[in-house]
Amino acid sequence: MSDTVIEVRDLRTHFFTRAGVLPAVDGVSFSVRRGEVLGIVGESGSGKSVTGLSILGLVDAPGRIVGGEIMFRGRNLTELTSHELRAVRGHQIAMIFQDPMMTLNPVLRVSTQMIEAVRAHEKVSKAEARQRARDALGRVGIPSPDERLDAYPHEFSGGMRQRVAIAIALLHSPDLIIADEPTTALDVTIQAQILAEVQKLATETGMALIWITHDLAVVSSLADRIAVMYAGRIVEDGPAPQVLSAPLHPYTVGLIGSVPSRNRRGAELAQIPGMTPSLLDLPEGCAFRPRCPRALDQCRQPQPMRLLKPRQEARCCNPHLEPLEVTG
Amino acid sequence: MLVYFLRRLGQSLIAIIVMAILVFIGVYAIGNPVDILINPEATQREIDATMQRLGLDRPLWEQFFIYFGNLLQGDFGRSFVYGQPAMEIILQRLPATLELAFVALVIAIVFGIPLGVIAGLKPDTVLGKSIMGGSILGFSLPNFWQGLMLILIFAVLLGWLPAGGRGPTTEVLGIRVSFLTWEGLRHLILPAVNLALFKMALVIRLARAGTREVLLLDYVKFARAKGLSERRVITVHVLKNIMIPVVTVLGLELGSMIAFAVVTETVFSWPGMGKLLIDSINLLDRPVIVGYVMLTVFIFVFINLTVDLVYSGLDPRVRAGMRNE
Repeated sequence: MSDTVIEVRDLRTHFFTRAGVLPAVDGVSFSVRRGEVLGIVGESGSGKSVTGLSILGLVDAPGRIVGGEIMFRGRNLTELTSHELRAVRGHQIAMIFQDPMMTLNPVLRVSTQMIEAVRAHEKVSKAEARQRARDALGRVGIPSPDERLDAYPHEFSGGMRQRVAIAIALLHSPDLIIADEPTTALDVTIQAQILAEVQKLATETGMALIWITHDLAVVSSLADRIAVMYAGRIVEDGPAPQVLSAPLHPYTVGLIGSVPSRNRRGAELAQIPGMTPSLLDLPEGCAFRPRCPRALDQCRQPQPMRLLKPRQEARCCNPHLEPLEVTG
Repeated sequence: MLVYFLRRLGQSLIAIIVMAILVFIGVYAIGNPVDILINPEATQREIDATMQRLGLDRPLWEQFFIYFGNLLQGDFGRSFVYGQPAMEIILQRLPATLELAFVALVIAIVFGIPLGVIAGLKPDTVLGKSIMGGSILGFSLPNFWQGLMLILIFAVLLGWLPAGGRGPTTEVLGIRVSFLTWEGLRHLILPAVNLALFKMALVIRLARAGTREVLLLDYVKFARAKGLSERRVITVHVLKNIMIPVVTVLGLELGSMIAFAVVTETVFSWPGMGKLLIDSINLLDRPVIVGYVMLTVFIFVFINLTVDLVYSGLDPRVRAGMRNE
């Protein structure tokens, strides 16, 4: 596995609030290979965003990483000093955030924000950094990048702004990009454009991509592998086509069932009963147990990740091993 | 835009006229200046003569129209005490007050913003809490008492700085200033700090609230994710955003610093407009009091008008609101 870009082992990020300790990420493990797109799927509060932020050490207080390893280029990122970590951020691992209206500083010109990103990692002249910024804007499909470079973020549309953010992420040709719901705030046509663009760039440069989203439709068209998160844990992990067409975990089945599909036109949309549990008061054993239609007595025991099909794992003692009629 | 400007100008004029009436009546109610001005042993005849010379023997409405007529011509009358035109006396004192106010403003910004940002970055530390505690003192302790304590500590106990007065001045472009000589600067420090303390507390609070708000925003996280140093994130990305409310509030506060340096100037015998006002009230020097208050009214009306116009230039929503009116 020499082409593994990043390997996360048993990552735990907890938030120490007044009400108690919130295990937002509680024992998450996965790895991403070169050129691979991993989709992390889950509802709000499942810990998918915190997982992404933990990799770059960007979790705000009162949260902190309390355990686990993040192996990247032979180094454990959780053990780096803040100075060493800063050198990794934006250089070898870049991140794109959800709301393009909010990720660019409204009072600084795009050129300023791009040039500072170049010069944070490489000692180049301003003119050279500007040149790099312009090329990056051109690469993500922004027309007349020379003129647009000196505009302020509010002079761009939402989709263009997200392209700028992607251009910034690409500046140093990172090994890994973590994209936290980057298309959620965009309308569907722009979403499709951005997805196509990112896919093209990923294949061209061979970089790995972690795409965090709650939108199954997005990952189904983009991801090579899917990890489904629930209450701070990965409950299912496998190749995207397999997870989408033959999910193992009842939660994954519920998620897929609740997406409208052409194949089930006219039928009532399935929903998962109940609500995501509070992280302060998680059920013992499998956190999905109270909402699970297939719950058994042994679900009260902690569930380990089990390889149930080739390359497809799930954290469940009563998985859907029989063929399903649900198709995505 | 022009209609809006004219309407705001009209409102400003009405405000000035109303204030002129109120000020006149208010000053008239304080007492008869002749009682203070004249030698206590003067005869009734002398008193009457003085009253007649100053126009104080005429009925109130007549005095008002003379005063208002003169006001329209820009004439505030002559000081009863100095015998010079009132506005001339006030304007002579203006540079001293302006210098004090600007230095105080600089102190408030230079110390207030970093302290506020630190308090915003580390809200739960001893340092952050001490800064906020200090700013509460800056807010709530009376200004004159702060001034007396500054004199007590730095002038009396430590003997580092003079207790009052303006010290030597240097003339620059026809304006006398203190800050160019070391001795003048020494005289300037205590009154400027005294005047700055309240504004500094205000700036600290604004900067802290702004910092805490901005730190949570995605663009700060994105700036960090780009691998920028913490220093650059704070001094460029955070600072530039919190400056918007700070500048807005300080612009408005500058007017009040110029107009209401009265307490500080009195405590430190700073020869500015505020000191002049207190002296004039004690002597019932009506033209100077009226002139001072009218100048203050004018400064405020002017600043507010300017701020409104600048806003309409900055914020597209204000412009849209103007068109709908």
